[in-house]
Amino acid sequence: MAFLKRSPWILHYDGSSCNGCDIEVLACLTPLYDVERFGMINTGNPKHADVLLITGGINTQNREVVKNIYEQMPEPKVVIAVGVCAATGGIFRECYNIVGGIDKVIPVDVYVPGCAARPEQIIDGVVTALSILEEKRAKMAGAAQTKEEARHEEQAGEST
Amino acid sequence: MTWTWLIGAVLFLVLAPIAGGLIAGIDRRITARMQGRVGPPLLQPFYDVGKLFEKESVVVTTAQNFYVLAYLIFIALSGALFFAGGDLLLIIFAFTLAHVFLVLGAYAAHSPYSHIGAERELIQLMAYEPMIILAAVGLYMVTNSFYVAEIAVSTIPAILYLPGVFLGFVTILTIKLRKSPFDISTSHHAHQEIVKGITTEFSGSTLAQVEIAHWYENIFLLGFVYLFFAWNPVIGIVAVAVTYLAEIFIDNATARVRWQAALKSGWLAAVLGIVNLAILAYILAYMMTGGA
Repeated sequence: MAFLKRSPWILHYDGSSCNGCDIEVLACLTPLYDVERFGMINTGNPKHADVLLITGGINTQNREVVKNIYEQMPEPKVVIAVGVCAATGGIFRECYNIVGGIDKVIPVDVYVPGCAARPEQIIDGVVTALSILEEKRAKMAGAAQTKEEARHEEQAGEST
Repeated sequence: MTWTWLIGAVLFLVLAPIAGGLIAGIDRRITARMQGRVGPPLLQPFYDVGKLFEKESVVVTTAQNFYVLAYLIFIALSGALFFAGGDLLLIIFAFTLAHVFLVLGAYAAHSPYSHIGAERELIQLMAYEPMIILAAVGLYMVTNSFYVAEIAVSTIPAILYLPGVFLGFVTILTIKLRKSPFDISTSHHAHQEIVKGITTEFSGSTLAQVEIAHWYENIFLLGFVYLFFAWNPVIGIVAVAVTYLAEIFIDNATARVRWQAALKSGWLAAVLGIVNLAILAYILAYMMTGGA
């Protein structure tokens, strides 16, 4: 079943972005782009989210925060780094407090380029992330099934 | 005769989630159109709930799952009693108990957001409880019965005797449907000041149960609205639709108020209901003495 692809709930976190990409992320929700057409909702709660969308790079203060948010999200989940700062640190990468891109702390599935990333690119990035999300779900369901079968075999082995 | 009540209850238990989900889908589309957007597909609420059942279950305190399940069961029970034509007072008590379970579920997790949400849910309970009981009392005064089966077939136009009670009930309906300006404990909309309020700590299938309970609840409440117009089924269904559209409009036209204002509004609605009942009692007494 592909319910997950039809209802991705997004958690938006601002790392150390200049706010340019954040404005573009919020532009996706406006009547012009209206991502709710695809069932996307901006949740604000990691426990309800399927997609973690981060703008800006990782700095020394928010690396624990990003890790914490990521760990609170239930599987399956995907991470999208929006803008060059989220990908590599961007123009801030030489700053004393910047660690680098999001992938320094948590695994990133999709990189959306741009400074600032355009809403069309962000939506395209989320759509790409959805197929990865579906793959992860299939893998998760497969793993659960293998585990279940192994347990049945074990029980069958015990009874004989 | 003895079996008809069972049919109503079973039909409610089977059909209410379908109808409730569809109404939620229509609600989201109309909301989007009011904001100049296209909006999600009609079946979006079903996709959302289906998705939630696919997610990993992350539970901090297992007790919360039990409380949420109890919430779902008691909401379904109160709705089933309603459509079985049962006693309105019993239905209201089961309904209140369901929400007490939801509050306990939110308190079970050690999260400040879910605790604030739970406290606000209790305030909401305080705000709407007087009015919902007054609505039952009003329907009794008009039809001489607390049984939904008898109120529903009554030929007396209850709305003409109970305009104040109806207005009060519509006010607290905004609280119950979790719509602005009274969506203080949790809301359908994205960000709010307490993350997601009472549902913050529920995820995956637990959150899906809360959502399904909400569908049951909405159908039950719309059924309650229908009772005011039950003397004419056509007018009744039109009135239910108009009431729900008005709720969507109010949801989109207002901002969230503070909890003090929500509590005051709920009790102001109750005062309106009491004034209505007092006048009604006077008229009924006058009619009974034959105007002498």
